[in-house]
Amino acid sequence: MIEYSLTVESINKTFGRRLIFSGINFKLDSSTIFGISGPNGSGKSTLVKIIANIISPSSGKLVHNLNGTEIKPEKLHNHIGLVSPYLVLYDEFSAYENLNYFSEIRGISFDKEKVDKLLNKFLLYNRKDDLVKTYSSGMKQRLKFIFALMHSPQLIILDEPTSNLDDEGKEVVYELVKKEAEKNIVIIASNEKTDLSLCSETIDLKNYKK
Amino acid sequence: MKTTWKILLFLLLCFVSIAGISFPIVKNPQAWYEFPFIKGLEENAKIIFFHVPTAWLTVIAFLMTAIYSIKYLRKKNLDDDAKAYAAAQLGIIFCILATVTGAVWAKFAWGSFWSWDPRQTSIFALLLIYGAWFALRSSIESEEKRATLSSVYAIIAFVTVPFFIFIMPRIMTGLHPGSADDTNAGPIVDFKMNGNMQLIFFLSLIGFTILYFWMWRLGYKSIIYRDKLNKKLIRG
Amino acid sequence: MKSYALFKKDISSELRTRYAINALAMFIIVTLSIILFSIGNERISSSLTGGLFWVIIFFTSMSGLSRVFVSEEERGTSLTLQLIAAPSTVFSGKLLFNLILVFAMNTVIAILYSALFNTFVLKNFALFLTSFILSNIGLAFASTIIAAIISKAGAKGTLYPVLSFPILLPLILTSVQLTLFAMDGTSFETAKFELAIVGCYDVIIFTVSYLLFDFIWKE
Repeated sequence: MIEYSLTVESINKTFGRRLIFSGINFKLDSSTIFGISGPNGSGKSTLVKIIANIISPSSGKLVHNLNGTEIKPEKLHNHIGLVSPYLVLYDEFSAYENLNYFSEIRGISFDKEKVDKLLNKFLLYNRKDDLVKTYSSGMKQRLKFIFALMHSPQLIILDEPTSNLDDEGKEVVYELVKKEAEKNIVIIASNEKTDLSLCSETIDLKNYKK
Repeated sequence: MKTTWKILLFLLLCFVSIAGISFPIVKNPQAWYEFPFIKGLEENAKIIFFHVPTAWLTVIAFLMTAIYSIKYLRKKNLDDDAKAYAAAQLGIIFCILATVTGAVWAKFAWGSFWSWDPRQTSIFALLLIYGAWFALRSSIESEEKRATLSSVYAIIAFVTVPFFIFIMPRIMTGLHPGSADDTNAGPIVDFKMNGNMQLIFFLSLIGFTILYFWMWRLGYKSIIYRDKLNKKLIRG
Repeated sequence: MKSYALFKKDISSELRTRYAINALAMFIIVTLSIILFSIGNERISSSLTGGLFWVIIFFTSMSGLSRVFVSEEERGTSLTLQLIAAPSTVFSGKLLFNLILVFAMNTVIAILYSALFNTFVLKNFALFLTSFILSNIGLAFASTIIAAIISKAGAKGTLYPVLSFPILLPLILTSVQLTLFAMDGTSFETAKFELAIVGCYDVIIFTVSYLLFDFIWKE
């Protein structure tokens, strides 16, 4: 049983002179769905990037723990899966090629069975060899989910997960979130009530503008 | 800096400037205010009191920019970035002065303003480094990114400086005293200057160095206060 | 090997889209043509020939070596790379790509140059080859770290030569010297100080780049 925990202590972020948020504290353990809500521009994506170790907080710290030992920042990327509107995949390659390269660059062997299963679930299997350039925005969004899940991360972060998806696509995502949350941590940053209804705990960033 | 020190600095620099320019150079110095001839320099020697300190200071300034860049990268304290910036401002000014005084000296001593002698090339390279550093800074809006990227560049540029200062002059022939084909090691190293000349020279060096540190302190403090004021005004 | 995988990704992307290769090839042809036209029928000295060689190399490098980082940044795939690789992997992968690119580019330039300029005669070919290898390595190292810096700043295109030139200057000066030695047929023995300088440059720039890359890459 893999135990993952994320501790966020007194995170502040300012961009130049503008305060985005301050005083954020929470601790998450495995088998949680955590929500981050807030009006547009409130810093949801910024907080997501800080958790995913993409940008640094202005002050405060985050600790990612796996089975009791802290994970070093350089090694975090294989434990985290991120879906986000500003995530871009390589459109000169096909879906399959993208995923293959990502595995190799991660240093993880390409789990063909798992990837095929995910492609099927997200209804992309028939288009797996087509260039991402030819994909619709809904298809790209679904491919991002496969990108986020194929390496079996313990911390899954979904920023606006249902954007560009039809109802059927949303159902697939919700089912997936519940399944992943049985063992892992899922964080959802969104404004959609249906997205946030899955969460056991939610913070609203407008409360952290002090 | 306290007023007495400021006055003393002013007097020191005045004395050095007057002494440097007006004391005559004669074959056999007898009086305390006379300087000897130095082979290869002769009458032109007087510029040594001004040219060498400016070159010296531009390198000191660069060293300080590099040191505060390293400090910034470790602690991410924007005050260190302000200190690096203030040092670089002075550095580029002294670099321009060194290049110009050097070119003037070159005209009188060697016949042309510029001849790609290795030391001239080095000071020019330093000027390019400073220029590039300021250009990089002005292209970045975000404070932290600007400080981080310019710190990285300053450190990279700094490690290339030893190549210019020590190695190039040895391998390339040049006109400066102390280059590969000059059998003298240069008037400073060989101490061909007599005691009085050395005194004025070192006084000039010390005076200019103190002036530099004073201006640097003023510079970085004003940057820090200005930034604090800006932040206060916007936060309200 | 992770960096190698990143390198493979870049190479296959390049082969598929051919953006950089086409642009670089045209750039080399155009630059050589301009120089040939400006020289006309004049006979140029051997030292000028040696110097011009490095002028072409410098400008071609400035036109092609920033792509490794700038294209990722412009497309938004920098984020993707941050999610799949540690900074050191990204740095080594991109460095490997630029190394191969520099060698390919400069070999083409060298071949074309010796075909077009009959004053470009290399009496000590072994010396030329050694200095060619060492200098190309230094060129790749320095241009990669500067490319990383400018990819994160604005005004990408024009800033690249401005920042690169001072850093590359010791390398270029020494490389020109070594090329002239090779053209004159100077022995390895006499040239060993210059070769040592380029070697030191390579080591120093690599070390500094490796240590500083993390600061550039993660905001």
